[in-house]
Amino acid sequence: MAQDGDREMPDAGAGADATANGVEYVSEKQRLRLLPGSTDTAASFAFDHEDHTLGNALRYMIMKNPNVEFCGYSIPHPSEPVMNLRIQTWDDVSVFEILRKGLNDLEDLCDVVEDKFTVARDEFNTAHPEQAAGR
Amino acid sequence: MPSWAPLSADQVAEQRRGLSEEQLQHRRIVNINAETVTDVSATDIPGHYGPGQDDSWDLNRFAQQLRIDYHQNRPNDAAFSLIGLDASIANAFRRILLAEIPSLAIEDVFIFDNTSIIQDEVLAHRLGLIPLTGGTKGLKQLRWFKKPPPKDDFAALAVYDQDDLDPSASTPNDHNTVVITLDVECRWATVEQDGRDGKQLAVDGEIDPTVRYINSNVYAHQLVFEPQGEQVQWFSGEDVIRPVNPDILIAKLRPGQRISLRCHCIKGVGGDHAKFSPVATASYRLLPHIEITAPIVGSESRKFQRCFPRGVIALQKDPASGENKAVVADPMKDTVSRECLRHDEFKGKVKLGRVRDHFIFSVESTGQFASDELFLDSVRLLKAKAQKFKRHLSELEEGR
Repeated sequence: MAQDGDREMPDAGAGADATANGVEYVSEKQRLRLLPGSTDTAASFAFDHEDHTLGNALRYMIMKNPNVEFCGYSIPHPSEPVMNLRIQTWDDVSVFEILRKGLNDLEDLCDVVEDKFTVARDEFNTAHPEQAAGR
Repeated sequence: MPSWAPLSADQVAEQRRGLSEEQLQHRRIVNINAETVTDVSATDIPGHYGPGQDDSWDLNRFAQQLRIDYHQNRPNDAAFSLIGLDASIANAFRRILLAEIPSLAIEDVFIFDNTSIIQDEVLAHRLGLIPLTGGTKGLKQLRWFKKPPPKDDFAALAVYDQDDLDPSASTPNDHNTVVITLDVECRWATVEQDGRDGKQLAVDGEIDPTVRYINSNVYAHQLVFEPQGEQVQWFSGEDVIRPVNPDILIAKLRPGQRISLRCHCIKGVGGDHAKFSPVATASYRLLPHIEITAPIVGSESRKFQRCFPRGVIALQKDPASGENKAVVADPMKDTVSRECLRHDEFKGKVKLGRVRDHFIFSVESTGQFASDELFLDSVRLLKAKAQKFKRHLSELEEGR
């Protein structure tokens, strides 16, 4: 059979696999903005409906990255649910990579805490069955 | 990489030869002086100690040094220590426990009859604050209900139309609303129904309203859960929606007064209204650190022991001199009242502080969920936030 070159199979639409897990995919509103004046190595992000909970934790994770020259967060006004995060990097490192790495590291940290906590809790429950009575 | 970027392992070893374990431990302490607190901020940022120390994020190093010690795990009261975390992360967990874990509470109250002396809105407010409990699996799969704002509130309507929730979230249905009713009427006690004549007892001098009347006190256990639709499978038997504390007094009535209402309970977060907060409170404190730099012996040691709560300082008999010497036994019991810094005889002999990365958490649940599950939910929620913003970041990058 004559092959007339590779045929491109078009990708399925973006929402096609959304219900793969059986979980209904509800479209999320974009809650991350880039503030004006940002460049590839020095940028300010605005997180909607976020506060010190994510801001301080993310700032810590990003500061642990030796490529970061500056990282700080602020809440411009307590009446508005916005949190600004500024990242400045050494050399030519992209701020988007830094932010993605910070978010990934935060996820990994949560995984480690969750696993260790579950282990510690189960060990304690087996060692002290009288406290778990009444569950 | 900056000039102070971490060196290779041999260079690091050479630079750190002068640093003892004790000096490293000192970096973990927040110093508490008589009138000031110093060395508060964390210093484990890359570059703070120069190229000799590599403080950049290393998941394996973190996993090795993180320790979790459990102290108490009662169903509604858990106490545990997280050692090796930073304050920003521990605080994030605490804030999420208080304000962002969803729970069920009474939100809308439809009042058909309220002839009691408690005003409608006060009664509705009190009902909202009653902590409810039920089957955990059922509660976790409840969906959100977002009440559409009234048609004349243009500002709220403008924001609402763009909201990204499930379309069925704006109508109450069996997946997002739980219905509870209360129907109580107060009357005099009668011989036929209750075995005593309230009116006669009153004439004879009885003043106790619970004897004279029936239903003069309305308690939380009189709230009736009415399962709708599919809720029968989730909430029945052991798992019915009921108040955690059945003896909460909601209102007081007198004969002829009646309360008849229907409550809609929905899922909400503590940040919206404190009634939705699943914890009575969740807090942490740092482990106190007491360092006795010069020996405190004899009667001074007894006075020193009395400066701290019982159990913190123990008196050890020094075999050489036969006198008592003060040693630190259990710093966790200490409340850091700084009493010992007020006395001149201990000046220069004791240093107080707190260990910056040892968090003693105390999570007290209101009863809807178990305390340990609440903390795990808090950790998972922080992870979900990070994942959500990773998706938003990808969208942002695509749009550039």
